[in-house]
Amino acid sequence: MSNKHVISLELNGDAVEFLCEPRQTLLEVLRDILHLTGTKEGCSNGNCGACTVLFNGRPVVSCLVLAMECEDAKIRTIEGVACDGALDEIQNAFLEGAALQCGICTPGFIVQAQALLDENPNPSEDEIRFYLAGNLCRCTGYDKIVRAVQAAAEQRRAATTAG
Amino acid sequence: MAIADKPQYNVIGTRPIRHDGVDKVTGRAMYGADFRMAGLLHGVIVRSPYAHARIKRIDTAKAAALPGVRAVVTSDDLPQHGARQVDLGEGAVSMRHLAANVLTDDKVLYRGHAVAAVAADNVHIAEEAARLVKVEYEPLPPVLDVRAAMQPDAPILNDDVRTVFAGAPEVNADQPTNIAKHLLFEKGNPQEGFAGADLVFEREFDTTMVHQGYIEPHNATALWNADGKVTVWMSTQGSFTAREQTAELLRLPVSSVKVVPMEIGGGFGGKISVYLPPVAALLSRKSGRPVKVIMSRADVFEATGPTPGSHIRLKLGVTKDGKLNAAEAWVAFEAGAYPGSPVGMACMCVFACYDIPHARVEGFDVCVNKPRTNAYRAPGSTQVAFAIETVVDEICTELGVDPVELRLRNASRKGTQRVDGPTFARIGMEETVEAIKASSHYMSLAPQSRSPDKQCGRGVASGFWFNAGLKSSVTATVNADGTVSLIEGSTDIGGTRTSIAMQLAETLGITAEDVHPTVADTEGIGYTDVTGGSRVTFSTGIAAVRAAEDICSILADRAAALWDVPADQTKYENGGVTGPDGKRISFKELAGKLHLVGGPVTGSGISGEESQSGAFGTHCVDVEVDTETGKVQILRYTIAQDAGTAIHPSYVEGQMQGGVVQGIGWALNEEYWYDEQGMRNATFLDYRMPTCYDVPMIETIIVEVPASNHPYGVRGVGEVPICPPPAAIANAIYQATGVRMRQLPMSPPRLLAELLKS
Amino acid sequence: MHSFEYSAPHSLSDAVSLLAQAEGNARPLAGGTDLIDQMQTGRFRPALVIDIKKLPELNVLEFDGDGLHLGAAVPCYRIYGEPRIVQEYSALADACHIIGGVQIQSRASVGGNLCNSGPAADSTPAMIALSAICVIAGPGETRQVPVEEFCTAPGENVLRRGEILAEILFPPRPANSGSHYRRFIPRNEMDIAVVGVGAFVELEDDGQTIKTARIGLGAVAPTPLLAEDLSASLSGKPATDSTFVSAGEAARQIITPITDMRGTAEYRKQITGVLVQRVLATATARARGEPSEYKPGK
Repeated sequence: MSNKHVISLELNGDAVEFLCEPRQTLLEVLRDILHLTGTKEGCSNGNCGACTVLFNGRPVVSCLVLAMECEDAKIRTIEGVACDGALDEIQNAFLEGAALQCGICTPGFIVQAQALLDENPNPSEDEIRFYLAGNLCRCTGYDKIVRAVQAAAEQRRAATTAG
Repeated sequence: MAIADKPQYNVIGTRPIRHDGVDKVTGRAMYGADFRMAGLLHGVIVRSPYAHARIKRIDTAKAAALPGVRAVVTSDDLPQHGARQVDLGEGAVSMRHLAANVLTDDKVLYRGHAVAAVAADNVHIAEEAARLVKVEYEPLPPVLDVRAAMQPDAPILNDDVRTVFAGAPEVNADQPTNIAKHLLFEKGNPQEGFAGADLVFEREFDTTMVHQGYIEPHNATALWNADGKVTVWMSTQGSFTAREQTAELLRLPVSSVKVVPMEIGGGFGGKISVYLPPVAALLSRKSGRPVKVIMSRADVFEATGPTPGSHIRLKLGVTKDGKLNAAEAWVAFEAGAYPGSPVGMACMCVFACYDIPHARVEGFDVCVNKPRTNAYRAPGSTQVAFAIETVVDEICTELGVDPVELRLRNASRKGTQRVDGPTFARIGMEETVEAIKASSHYMSLAPQSRSPDKQCGRGVASGFWFNAGLKSSVTATVNADGTVSLIEGSTDIGGTRTSIAMQLAETLGITAEDVHPTVADTEGIGYTDVTGGSRVTFSTGIAAVRAAEDICSILADRAAALWDVPADQTKYENGGVTGPDGKRISFKELAGKLHLVGGPVTGSGISGEESQSGAFGTHCVDVEVDTETGKVQILRYTIAQDAGTAIHPSYVEGQMQGGVVQGIGWALNEEYWYDEQGMRNATFLDYRMPTCYDVPMIETIIVEVPASNHPYGVRGVGEVPICPPPAAIANAIYQATGVRMRQLPMSPPRLLAELLKS
Repeated sequence: MHSFEYSAPHSLSDAVSLLAQAEGNARPLAGGTDLIDQMQTGRFRPALVIDIKKLPELNVLEFDGDGLHLGAAVPCYRIYGEPRIVQEYSALADACHIIGGVQIQSRASVGGNLCNSGPAADSTPAMIALSAICVIAGPGETRQVPVEEFCTAPGENVLRRGEILAEILFPPRPANSGSHYRRFIPRNEMDIAVVGVGAFVELEDDGQTIKTARIGLGAVAPTPLLAEDLSASLSGKPATDSTFVSAGEAARQIITPITDMRGTAEYRKQITGVLVQRVLATATARARGEPSEYKPGK
């Protein structure tokens, strides 16, 4: 009765294959088949951003992507943000700036912030707030999140200039 | 801004990186929904589409026959409770009500009410099976408004509810009713008080039901093992209360249930009541497999515990020189389907910021066809703060007194008696007002309008929350490398592992990084009350300090043994033990030698403080009102709050900022939008919580008036920041437009309607 | 979610035949941001989902003598990321910039927005203002339908069985013209329009008189509306605030909004007037090449 299909894609830099049904979303496959539970489920209708991942470099809410659509795609999740065991500037800035409380929205914010800084290395506060508006946080009031993104942007720019 | 001469601390007041931080920024932290085990089934709850209906028949045959379905349960599978009352820490509650809220029996009382549940091989099959459960309903007229529900001819939700009178005179005590409680507090002689006032203001207020809005949906995985033991892995604010509720609902000895608290994605009071664990456990018993249930977002809105909407009448009498002389309030709260709203706390909070000689408050807990309400950050206080703080602002306008000055003139202080009886110890209400008065925000010019259709204004408001004490347990073990493993039972929602570890570190004279905190399950640590009531850093902190003191005393003995001197000649101080003849050994060095002198060292501490000193905050906000659309933008926001002593200032600021933004949401747009069929906006799209594009940076001023009943002067900080924002924003809207808003939320249509009237 | 089959055909004709064969029990998937949610909640339960987003015809973004050819599956971020669209079809860029959040804009397309046929779709009033034409492929001849005639009722449109919206054609921008879309929402982002207004304004060479105008209205009737008579009545009028205020007043008279959780009928009437006035002013400023103060949501 099951209509499962093999899907191949690149996940956090690695080639990955899995079996899935058409009705399974990318979010479900990441969490329940590939056991990458860092991507969180907050609403399943695209309104909270907790499940944000990068799909061919663009941020998407993985609850509104069918896994079948991901054939040959490049997917990056929160688990792929840190490189070789070293935290990314954004992750460090979240830690140092206390930009998380319960932490459930944090992976989505970090992935979304990464997309922002890749696209716009020097965003204004207003641009940061607009770009992150699809990610809900109920604990922090956003102040420290916005500041962490500002700090990470500054660090990245400093690293680029130095390099 | 420190008020008293603050002691010098090494760890307290610093900003170490939280211990669980790396796991949470890399996605490794395990939340409830992340838990898995072999053979796991997925459960789905069948819910009522009606706000009020009688269940005539439930047919589960088709659902049970669907391939992949392993179990179906209804209320028939729950033990019967009769009229049993139990106390699960928040006063006596009817077990019938608790059970019926988990799986209802004869009636559904709100849309989303749980009727049955299925478990299947995967969530999709379970969803399909849930669609196949046929429930025959006889719809009944719903009652959705708190005042309508109080009328004698209102539809009655629960046949077994009789009014409980607390302080109020008994009337119709034997009649079925929706009024579950009528309480009355009085101090002084209000009649005389109003007679002695020069001006009397009487106003009415309405607020709608709102939700805590945590991003993580409720979840639970349960395994009913062949030995009769039940284990539950879940997100909860209190693993011990979850265990007690689950055990009581299943009529099991409490020791037969183990709750393993996973990381929790927000709670704010909404993850204390148990909804899923008993159902998951029943499905597990039937299927012989572990069962995981995760609520959808719509379920979270429709079927968990939002906080009550209210109707409030408030009367204040003031003398010409701006002294509040008498106060009266009438407060009716929506309890939701079953009794138990926080109206009692609302009545205790309403006048708490002010020293008013004569006061009287009446409260009503009223059942309506909405989900059973629950705590939400300073439960009950925000609704009444909206009422009193806007009337206080009216008084300021009428008398031409600066809002900060009037508050200083009337502020509660040490010795002020609350309307419900208790007298304040040293508190920091005045200091928070002074802090706002001295802030760069308040001292700056009020914002100027950009154009005629954009009017600006500034508002001020204060708020109060008691802060709970309650019980906590901590154990701590010294490791040979000079670190300490700390075990606690308080689930960590916002960085409390670190604030507890810091207090232990301060007491032992070691660094925060040398303490490794773990939140244990209900079999790994002694009883610990919920993470709520702003109590963890206070009360679990005290337990940690006591555990540290325990260790200090054992280490002093061990050093004595090591040096071969009498035990009364050694003393633990400044991170090590000192002895006779200038002997000194550091904590780290001694830790490495413990195997030579008696072996492992474990300290333990418990706390059971009745209560802690109250917390106060004063806020200042600048708004811009679009007078053609009624939309309000928050331009600038400053909060001053008494934290007693800020253990980790970043997380204190975080609590203040988070509370303010929740308060802004409550003030402007959040509401349960109801029609006869139930809630119509049960999504994050239409239940409009603030995004980061809706708010500015939230400026914080931490005031420190140390509390006398905590070794380091800690006061809880989590709750009071949500109380003042609706009133502060309403007062700013008045300054901008001349319109007084007395309804929450002050959404664009409501504000525009008032603007067009004026 | 219910069980269904998924197919990603390689050509438009394959997609059309798949859709035609499915006898009404299939739905095309472009960005998926509406459809997947509708399947999650059980509103739609198609037996077959046809992924059309990789079809080349549905991904064109080209300018030629006919104007802008926009493939129906082009996601929002590519639209507002194209400087010529921002410049020449500003209303479209404005709309695409506020549909959902950035994550939604990575996937959602204006074709999908149109085919979902919600009364409050953000891009539709903008496209109405820009005189866009829907190019519809199907088992028979390709046909063209003006965008304002595309939606027929909430959730319904002119597509016949087996037809796919392939492209949207925007005529070239005349000289001295500008356009704008904005909506009213209670928050500043992430809401469905309580009212949405798109406007196109073309000025005479003097820059002071309206030559032509075109106003599209969203969330105020069962389908997005072209305010045809009102638009025509603006020709020859001075491009001044008082003209815009009267246009707002007039717009209130032609709408039939409902009351729901997003706003009352009365409120929608009020807001429509305000938005029409503000949108005309911004479109006019753009026609003159003046900077506008517009900021989404604020």
